[in-house]
Amino acid sequence: MTSVLVFALAGVGLIVLGFYALLVQRHLLRKVLAFNVISSGIFLLLAGLARRAPGAEPDPVPQAMVLTGIVVAVAATALALAMIQALRAATGRTWLGDDGDEE
Amino acid sequence: MASLNLLPLAIDLVLALTLLWLAWRALSSPDLFRAVVLFIALGLVLGLVWVRLDAVDIALAEIALGAGVTGALLLAALAKLQSAEAETADASTEQEGDWQGCSQALAEPDAKSKPTLTASATMDATGSAMPIALRILLALLLLVPLAGLGWVVWQLWLPAPGLTDLVAARLEASGVAHPVTAVLLNFRGYDTLLELAVLLLALLGVWSLSSAPHLGDEEQEPALAALSRLLAPLMILVAAYLVWVGAHAPGGAFQAGSVLGAAGVLLRLSGWRVPPRATGWPLRLVLVLGVVVFACMGLVVMAFGQPLLGYPPGWAKPALLAIELAATLSIGAILAALFIGGRP
Repeated sequence: MTSVLVFALAGVGLIVLGFYALLVQRHLLRKVLAFNVISSGIFLLLAGLARRAPGAEPDPVPQAMVLTGIVVAVAATALALAMIQALRAATGRTWLGDDGDEE
Repeated sequence: MASLNLLPLAIDLVLALTLLWLAWRALSSPDLFRAVVLFIALGLVLGLVWVRLDAVDIALAEIALGAGVTGALLLAALAKLQSAEAETADASTEQEGDWQGCSQALAEPDAKSKPTLTASATMDATGSAMPIALRILLALLLLVPLAGLGWVVWQLWLPAPGLTDLVAARLEASGVAHPVTAVLLNFRGYDTLLELAVLLLALLGVWSLSSAPHLGDEEQEPALAALSRLLAPLMILVAAYLVWVGAHAPGGAFQAGSVLGAAGVLLRLSGWRVPPRATGWPLRLVLVLGVVVFACMGLVVMAFGQPLLGYPPGWAKPALLAIELAATLSIGAILAALFIGGRP
């Protein structure tokens, strides 16, 4: 029981860490990494909260939702990476912002 | 006895701390390549955590998709970005030290990272544009959601019944014996149908952005080619097993589809190409097969007086098996196509 709490709290930690990196980092690939860390944290929190149900069998509904979430996260990551490459090809930059940003 | 009871908790604590440490290192590493590799390691440790949470289905998907396919996608994108970077070769080295300085101040002093810093200067020109004071302020502000969420999790820690009993009561009528598969394909079929549609949409987005594949024609490694000839049939076999076993044990269309997709990635890396005559409508047929079969099954049952996606008793098992097979093929093809990138 307490182990599940540990993982749920680790999920909270991942969400906050990822959010910090998402705001601070400029390179878009790093932002994609940060997004993925946030989603992992949310999955961990969701499944962790579901696991506190008594009994040996874990609740299958949150598990199915997390499975769905993982697949959607991969699809979103693939699209985001393709968009970064398109941005790189079009502007030569790998970050967002005004052109004046460049030193 | 008390020490025996504490051992699992100690292991879980170590796992949780490893997760957080890997996430921090992956997000703060000055070298992008190292960041991606650490991120893949994070996915693998996360897979172990899912096993510890008795969620073997998620563990399979996390390792195959979260670590495997996402890792391959990230590495391919990084290779493309860096080869483009090398062509221009005018990347600045100015803002490089920013994050590093921050991480050194906050975390352990990392003496060895100095050489990497200069080596990676060309590939990673931009760390962060934020001044250090703003970052510290941001970190302090983020302590509020951290404390808040943590407190909520702590407070919520009363046992709640969940939906386990409800699923168990209806499992008989679902057509499969494994609760997670029953939820995915029967009880919450909408989610899964729309999820397949999301995968397809992502591929449409990738295809409409470019018609050039993400990777060029690199030199083929003979060892990789020989290994993939051995591994690819084995992976197809594992995928088939996972679909079949999903009816009564952890496994199913998503895990099997991920393994198929990984086989496609491996074959692509070892130089295999889809023959040009198969990239037209045959490829597109495989890509949409999952959504089409799923939607048709859901619609056909309406002719028999059932609600949308409500399989009549007795018909659920063959219907779910057909959906799973079609979805596995589609998911595998879509994932491989996402990796290859570019509309053929």
